[in-house]
Amino acid sequence: MKIVVCIKQVPDTKGGVVFNPDGTLNRGAMLTIMNPDDKAGLEAALRLKDKYGAEVTVVTMGLPKADEVLREALAMGADNAVLITDRVLGGADTWATSQTIAGALRKLEYDLIITGRQAIDGDTAQVGPQISEHLDLPVISYAQKIEIDGDSVVVERQFDDRYHVLKAKMPVLITALSELNEPRYMTPGGIFDAYDKEVTVLSRADLIDVDDSNIGLKGSPTQIAKASDKVRKGAGEQVNLGASESVDYIIGKLKETHII
Amino acid sequence: MDFTLDKKHEMARSLFREFAEKEVKPLAIEVDETEIFPRETVTKMAKYGFLGIPVAKEYGGQGADPLAYVMCVEELSKVCATTGVIVSAHTSLCADPIAMYGTPEQKEKYLVPLAKGEKLGAFALTEPNAGTDAQGAVTKAVLDGDEYVLNGSKIFITNGKEADIYVVIACTEIKVDAKGRQKKIFSAFIVEKDTPGFGFGTKEKKMGIRGSSTYELIFTDCRVPKENMLGPAGKGFGIAMHTLDGGRIGIAAQALGIAEGALERTINYVKERKQFGRSIGAFQNTQFELANMATKVKAAQMLVYRAAMAKATQKTYSEEAAMAKLFAAEVAMEVTTKAVQLHGGYGYTREYEIERMMRDAKITEVYEGTSEVQRMVISGALLK
Repeated sequence: MKIVVCIKQVPDTKGGVVFNPDGTLNRGAMLTIMNPDDKAGLEAALRLKDKYGAEVTVVTMGLPKADEVLREALAMGADNAVLITDRVLGGADTWATSQTIAGALRKLEYDLIITGRQAIDGDTAQVGPQISEHLDLPVISYAQKIEIDGDSVVVERQFDDRYHVLKAKMPVLITALSELNEPRYMTPGGIFDAYDKEVTVLSRADLIDVDDSNIGLKGSPTQIAKASDKVRKGAGEQVNLGASESVDYIIGKLKETHII
Repeated sequence: MDFTLDKKHEMARSLFREFAEKEVKPLAIEVDETEIFPRETVTKMAKYGFLGIPVAKEYGGQGADPLAYVMCVEELSKVCATTGVIVSAHTSLCADPIAMYGTPEQKEKYLVPLAKGEKLGAFALTEPNAGTDAQGAVTKAVLDGDEYVLNGSKIFITNGKEADIYVVIACTEIKVDAKGRQKKIFSAFIVEKDTPGFGFGTKEKKMGIRGSSTYELIFTDCRVPKENMLGPAGKGFGIAMHTLDGGRIGIAAQALGIAEGALERTINYVKERKQFGRSIGAFQNTQFELANMATKVKAAQMLVYRAAMAKATQKTYSEEAAMAKLFAAEVAMEVTTKAVQLHGGYGYTREYEIERMMRDAKITEVYEGTSEVQRMVISGALLK
């Protein structure tokens, strides 16, 4: 079985956020981590590898610096890594990103593609399902459990206060939740091996069936008008009232803000 | 000359730091208070290969290098010096001499489970009357048929009762020179925990590293197969000294970690603690103290990493190891003492963990060769 996991290097929310003048993130200037949902997706793939045997390839699109996140994935146990990087691909929104990644995935063999549900920097949850559309694959989103049954996957899909059990024939794309599992740590030996391995680097020219009108900032229907750091909330308001006055006060406040 | 770390060592550090923060730090107070050996942490460390970092892959290790190993001990010791010394004693004092002097059969039988973390290791040299004067050891091993019979006791053994495999130094011969003077000849042995005649004595109640299992080992007609002799007969003293050279790098890393941990906590504290209407970090005394502490910690780190690199590339590294341990241990003691002072009354309470770091730091000036021994080694190399 061949599994491809799409991962993304995202800003570490513990560090500061730096913007470019065009409103996009200055990814080169921030502390970074592997996106948590993607890491859970990678862990799911590695568990399938442990259980059933599989070849796991990680793919990321980003700056050359995104090589780090691929090495981390290799150090956790992935077998191969692919970096899609090219200046013309920069500034991509979800549409252009999914077009680009799909263009790279057409070069790879896969039975199963796993992406994170969403990235903590954009929070759109669109790229995974869009890739499945471009590749004409079934998609199962919000996976909280993944099993293999012959040539099919059986997935528990989170759905509010319950879950659906879905079965789909491979190839299929699954989007993973960070609640799916507790990702393993890297190992020291895995890290040393990861830096001895080759990372396959793909550029614009390597992408299959992707039109120039669908890549980079120019190929992105979504344009960022303005971006800013989160405005800190004030200190809040403190009142000292009895129990029933407190209830009235809270109800009054909720009505005031049209919550009830 | 490049003082920056390469990416794989940076990544290794981030791994050790994340593990230490998530898995080790939350238990540090309890481990100290209860003096309970952190077995669950050891099992987790085994799972992720932390117990075989510098051991070759063919023997179940990680195939990384001594620098990655010292970074592991350093990061663990930043949050819990007990956990740091468990890894250090296991790796440097047990796995390392077997890797260095073991036969292929011994490596297969003992090094592989040690490196995989399936078994824990310890090293036994010190005796009640043989500390710095290791030649005073009286535990003996006498060949009887196909076995050596060990009698005697060892004290202050780290990982004492928790280990499974022990490297034990014992006297196998007494030579008399032309002038009639006696000289003890030592050999090294690999002894398994459940060997009949091998038992445990007193558990030491210690000032620091209280979760570390420090025991007396007692050998009473303990029969060890002769194929368990480690290295050539009569070379035990040299093996012990060479093993301690490596061990000192591990303890130097432990000391470094303790100092770094105390400094980090102190920096955070002086930013928050307010006196006379401002944070105490705004006072020049605090600033100068921190500057001195940080400079010494960084210098200690350079010496420790240099010693680790020397172990990776040189045949002997006694001087580098002794300098690293001497300096890092004294820095750990000084920095933790100053950290307590800067924390004031809170620093003296157990809640703030700084007092534990000060108690933990002291042992680094004492074990695996006191600071005085390190000075003997260094001056010996200078004046030879």
